[in-house]
Amino acid sequence: MVFKSPVEGIEEKFEMIQILNEDGKIVNEDAMPDLSDDDLVELMRRMVYTRVLDQRSIALNRQGRLGFYAPTAGQEASQLGSQFALEQDDFILPGYRDVPQLIWQGLPLYQAFLFSRGHYHGNQMPEDVQALSPQIIIGAQITQAAGVALGMKNRGKKNVAITYTGDGGASQGDFYEGVNFAGAYQAPAIFIVQNNRFAISVPVEKQSAAKTIAQKSVAMGIPGFLVDGMDVLAVYKVVQEARERAVNGDGPTLIETLTYRYGPHTMAGDDPTRYRTEDMDSEWEKKDPIVRFRKFLEEKGLWSEEKENEVMETAKEEIKAAIKKADKQEKQSVTELISIMHEELPANLIEQMEEFKEKESK
Amino acid sequence: MAEMTMIQAITDALRTELKNDDNVLVFGEDVGQNGGVFRATEGLQDEFGEERVFDTPLAESGIIGMAVGLSTQDYRPVPEIQFFGFVFEAMDAVVGQAARMRYRSGGRWHAPITIRSPFGGGVHTPELHADSLEGFMTQAPGLRVVIPSGPYDAKGLLISSIRNNDPVIFLEHMKLYRSFREEVPEEEYTIDLDKANIVKEGTDMTLVAYGAMVHASLKAAEELEEEGISCEVIDLRTVSPIDIDTILESVKKTNRAIVVQEAQRQAGVAAGIVAEIQERAILHLESPVFRVTAPDTVYPFSQAEEVWLPNHQDVKEKVKESMNF
Repeated sequence: MVFKSPVEGIEEKFEMIQILNEDGKIVNEDAMPDLSDDDLVELMRRMVYTRVLDQRSIALNRQGRLGFYAPTAGQEASQLGSQFALEQDDFILPGYRDVPQLIWQGLPLYQAFLFSRGHYHGNQMPEDVQALSPQIIIGAQITQAAGVALGMKNRGKKNVAITYTGDGGASQGDFYEGVNFAGAYQAPAIFIVQNNRFAISVPVEKQSAAKTIAQKSVAMGIPGFLVDGMDVLAVYKVVQEARERAVNGDGPTLIETLTYRYGPHTMAGDDPTRYRTEDMDSEWEKKDPIVRFRKFLEEKGLWSEEKENEVMETAKEEIKAAIKKADKQEKQSVTELISIMHEELPANLIEQMEEFKEKESK
Repeated sequence: MAEMTMIQAITDALRTELKNDDNVLVFGEDVGQNGGVFRATEGLQDEFGEERVFDTPLAESGIIGMAVGLSTQDYRPVPEIQFFGFVFEAMDAVVGQAARMRYRSGGRWHAPITIRSPFGGGVHTPELHADSLEGFMTQAPGLRVVIPSGPYDAKGLLISSIRNNDPVIFLEHMKLYRSFREEVPEEEYTIDLDKANIVKEGTDMTLVAYGAMVHASLKAAEELEEEGISCEVIDLRTVSPIDIDTILESVKKTNRAIVVQEAQRQAGVAAGIVAEIQERAILHLESPVFRVTAPDTVYPFSQAEEVWLPNHQDVKEKVKESMNF
């Protein structure tokens, strides 16, 4: 061969960024984010709380009391570290597993449960939460994020659009279109690909010849980073820098977080033992984001078992209260759903509204 | 009052709304400096700047997805799909996303997007430029689908579409772009998005059509008039929602109806209208409600399109079949 492909050795350019290793030791002091002790404790509180929420959600689902649920355990650092770098007016375009980010941005817990239960109130973001509801179509949110970001840029806002997808999502046409649009317009967007290694059952190795997803940024002409998605400090730091670049007018960033979902794809019958080994599970559990951050904080004297139990108890109580509140939500009616289709209802829906009023009164 | 072609009326409507509302953004492939492949956006970038009227990368799903995102920032996007056959690349963005924004978010967000796009046969395009795909769109809850039949309607309907706070698919028949001129007021005006227009009154037969088929129907009606058959011609203007009341009122007077569409026969707009008429006015009918449509093939390679497309002769024959039923 006469020509050497530039893709050879490209993975060296995308070495995984890590700040806190599996033993809870800082391995990259220079990159240490500027977070106060209170911030560090808050990050830990959120991760522990979210792990409890995941366990309770799975239990509720098994009791038939929740509905659609995509487990989050294992991905806390990736989800919450990135959300922690946001300002309140930043805009989140989540995938269906990214409910925790919405919750910590201000979506009340009972509404998150209503989303799972298939009630539209679960999708009604509060006025102070700039976010779309979790996207079901893989990758559709990525082109939308480019639009949100371009709008923010043109409005002169100092905010970003942040969107999440998975390793499978990075195979979609919309991924390339959305990231490329944001690059072309130098729009303030952050694209997070949470590479949890499986798109339902298909391993990431089968998604692409590319060794990393982060390197796809090269083709789009924007910065890209590969981050240890089990290291909350690294995720926070990289997203925070991407945010800074974006609001300073320096355009979008693609971030791949290497992570793992301990649970099934969703609670609707997926069986991970069909495509993952126990060895693989336990290998990733050793990298657990909460375990290593706990070690780090305990070493600093900022965390204790007592404190963790307290957080877990609070979480359980609040989850219980939120479920109670969700139980009290009035069942949605078809007439209500008809009424939210359009600003002005067309004649056919006015007629069908009457039909369903009658049907629902029976 | 100025005489304008339909393409000029469309440019005029875009200019009117770009002036009226700073939130209106016009974008798509080649719409910037080039003024669009049909010149629909001619001069608009120079007049309103690159932030308001701009080129996009060549990716239809990206264009509509971006429009959805922009609408969350209080913009009123008017994206162009260069030819409507390319909408297949953006089906999720249109039907799965834009159309559902208000519903999905329980009213927290909405998508005041007007997707403009040329379509329609008879101009010898390559494949996937001329197809009548409105039937796909009318099956998507949340969308309005508007198809003007001439310059005056195009301006008023486009202004109404842009001002509407829900997504509108605005389809522009290529054959009508420059085929005739019409008086178009220079000032702004709107046309209701849920009202059909009776373009010719008649007593014996109701012809329901939209887009270029309005003209085929009118020509048929004129020739039939000389043979003593009086046709009423209804221009739907909007194929979703359908103004069924205007159709029924006419059918109750004429007792006969034919729906004319350029699209293929299977499913689609005409089938829906036939069903509505028979459910709501069967006792007024003296003949089955017929359709004049294209056959159920892929849109033909251009050498065959003159025969494939329904024309005024087809309409005339079907009218006679109905009259003699």
